Order: sequence, then structure tokens, then C-alpha cells
Amino acid sequence: MRIDIVLLIYICLSLLGCDHHKSASVSTTAVDFNMEKEQAQELLIYDRFDDIEYIFNYKNDTTYVINFWATWCKPCVEELPYFDLLFNDYSEDKVKIILVSLDFPKHIQSKLIPYLEENNVLPQVMVLKDGNANNWISKVSENWDGAIPITLVYNKHKRVFIGGEVPDYTSLEAKVKPLIIY
Amino acid sequence: MIKQILNFAFIAMCVLGISNCDSGSATTDGDDTKITTEKPSIKETASKTKMVDLKVGDTAPDFKLKGIDNKIMSLADVEDANGYIVTFTCNTCPYAVMYEDRLIDLHIKMAAKGYPVIAINPNDPEVKEGDSFDAMVTRSKEKSFPFAYLFDDGQKVYPQYGATKTPHVFLLDADRKVRYIGSIDDSPNDPEAVTKKYVEMAVEAIENGKEPTPDYTKAIGCSIKKKA
Repeated sequence: MRIDIVLLIYICLSLLGCDHHKSASVSTTAVDFNMEKEQAQELLIYDRFDDIEYIFNYKNDTTYVINFWATWCKPCVEELPYFDLLFNDYSEDKVKIILVSLDFPKHIQSKLIPYLEENNVLPQVMVLKDGNANNWISKVSENWDGAIPITLVYNKHKRVFIGGEVPDYTSLEAKVKPLIIY
Repeated sequence: MIKQILNFAFIAMCVLGISNCDSGSATTDGDDTKITTEKPSIKETASKTKMVDLKVGDTAPDFKLKGIDNKIMSLADVEDANGYIVTFTCNTCPYAVMYEDRLIDLHIKMAAKGYPVIAINPNDPEVKEGDSFDAMVTRSKEKSFPFAYLFDDGQKVYPQYGATKTPHVFLLDADRKVRYIGSIDDSPNDPEAVTKKYVEMAVEAIENGKEPTPDYTKAIGCSIKKKA
């Protein structure tokens, strides 16, 4: 009987942990920035799309807002403040924003990190270096042909693809709010 | 009795746990909805030209656009054309710039076979100053572009192709039928890492009476600049 209980507890614990993504030891680097501020932030740098594919496939109660952008892309940079606003307005809700930067590797230190620090970008930022985009663009959305910016909003029931820049904060909020699970 | 209850509970937990642990791709309740941003429609900036979405097999329209040599050019003007490599590109997008040298090489190689590169800048210079006509002339001289570099004045032509970004290639055959759409090769960031030269492969296929494979690819690029 004791063995039964031990086995039961062990299996429960390992199953509860089954939503975790693979460990970031697969071709990832983490760079800290905003070191002087209260909360140092971490920029995660991925070599391959396979290593971030998990962020498009969560099945919990969180609504994910995933934006593809780059510092060299003017409309991308213009809409980024809306994601900061969203981050603040929905900090109490089950909303997670991930900004996936397609900045070139050689610009991560020289352009991306200074940009993030100067503009106090709040949501999680990842860099994807995978240059063979034809292999993964459709995995983000069939409707996406590769132009940036784009935003994917999804929860376990529904996916919404925003092709192009959002004109204002209200438009972005209007896409996210209906998908929030309470 | 207790042992039986525990056994039952154990099995029930396993079943529940396994069913929750499905890590396949997220199912969708509704369709993957494309929601375009609410900007004034293309019509307003392009004299009521509808946004077409050319597919492989469709016939592409011809046009009359001014080139950096100040002459108006149409596809029909190209002599002995077996096809056309219509390429929407610009001065300012880093992806377009990364491809400039490769576009030059592509033209030199392909024009000899009757498939010249016809580059078209679709951006509105009022939105992106670096994509003005004068800037096009300067860039063309700096890099000695051997291909035509045309200005989509009024942004009327790119919606007729359905170009959505720079760079964006539409390979046409002699009858202006679209045979390939997409990227020049499979490694924009690093020319050394190219393994597939899609446009060259497509031209070779056409020359051999075959269908290009792939006939459609996707790549990262900059959205086309138009007024909000």
C-alpha cells in the first residue's frame, strides 16, 4: 500500500510538470540587460525556430500575444509602446506577451539591447536567429507570408492573426480582451 | 477495500494526467482568422486599384513605369524575353539591401537566358524618404545595377500583383503567366549559407518544360510603405 501511494504521488507530480518546455540548453543564450534597474531583464536568443515552437502551442488558460518585430522595422517600432501598455493594463490577468525580435545577430548588442533599455520595453523579448524562414513562417500562421510586424493572439480555444501593424492601442486591446480566460 | 480504492484512484489519475499532457499543436475552435488592420483601403492610395493576390498560374498585368534612366518601361518592351523576374524591392529595407548583390548576379546570369530582373520600388517616399526616386537613382549608380529599377509612382502596380513586402519576387514566363512567387533563395541573412536558389531553380524548370518546385516560398521582409 505504501508503494502504491509513493507511485501515485510520483506520477501526479511528473504529469503536472508536463507543460514545461524543453530546457533552454538547446542552442540558446541568455543576455541580461537593464541591470541598473530594479528588475534586470533577460533577453533569450534562439538559434532555431524549433527551440521556440513551444510558445505557439500552450494549452493552459493563458492568452498569449506574440509579436514579430525588429529594431530596423519602422512600423514595428512604432507599435511597440502598445504592447507595453497592454503589459501594464493586463498585468493582473492571464495574459503573456512575447516580443520575438528578428534583429540580426551582429546587432543584438549594438542596437537591440540599447533599444530595449532606452525604451524600457517591459514584455519578454526573444531573438530568433533562424534564417531559413520558409521552414517556419507557416508554423506561426498559414496566413503569414513573412512581412513584419505581425501579431498572433491565442488561447487554447482560438487563434487570431493580425497581419500588419496595429493602428492604435484600442485595436490591439480589442483583439486580446475577448480571448482572456477568467 | 482501501487498497482497491487507491488502485482505482491511481489509474484514474494516470488517465486524467495523460489526457492533459497532450503536447500536440494547439487545436483551434474557429478558423485561423486573418484580421487585416483597419487602414484606409488600398483603393484610396492607389486610384481605386483593388488588391489582387496573384497565384502561380495567373496572368500578371503589364505596366508603364518610369525607370532610373527616366524612361517609361513595360514588360512588352523587353526584347527576346523568355520570361521576367519581377522583383519588388527598395532602398531601405535591410532584407532588400542584403539581396542587392545577389540580384545583380541573378540578372547577369538570367538575362543571358532571356529572363531579366525587373526591379520595382513599391514604397511611398512620403512615408519612407530613403525610397524616393532620386534615392533610387543614387543607389543604382552606386552599385551599378545592371537591371531596370522602376518607380511604382502612385503605388498602383504592386496591388495588382499582391506584393506584400520587399523583397518579393514574381517569376513570369513569356506570356506573363506567374510560375514562381517568393524569395530569391533560402538564406537571406547569409549568402554563404544558401542551399537553394529558388528563382534559378524555377527558371531551369521552365526551360525544361517542368513546373518549378517549389513554386511558392515565404521569407521575412519589410511591409510595403503606404500612408496610414
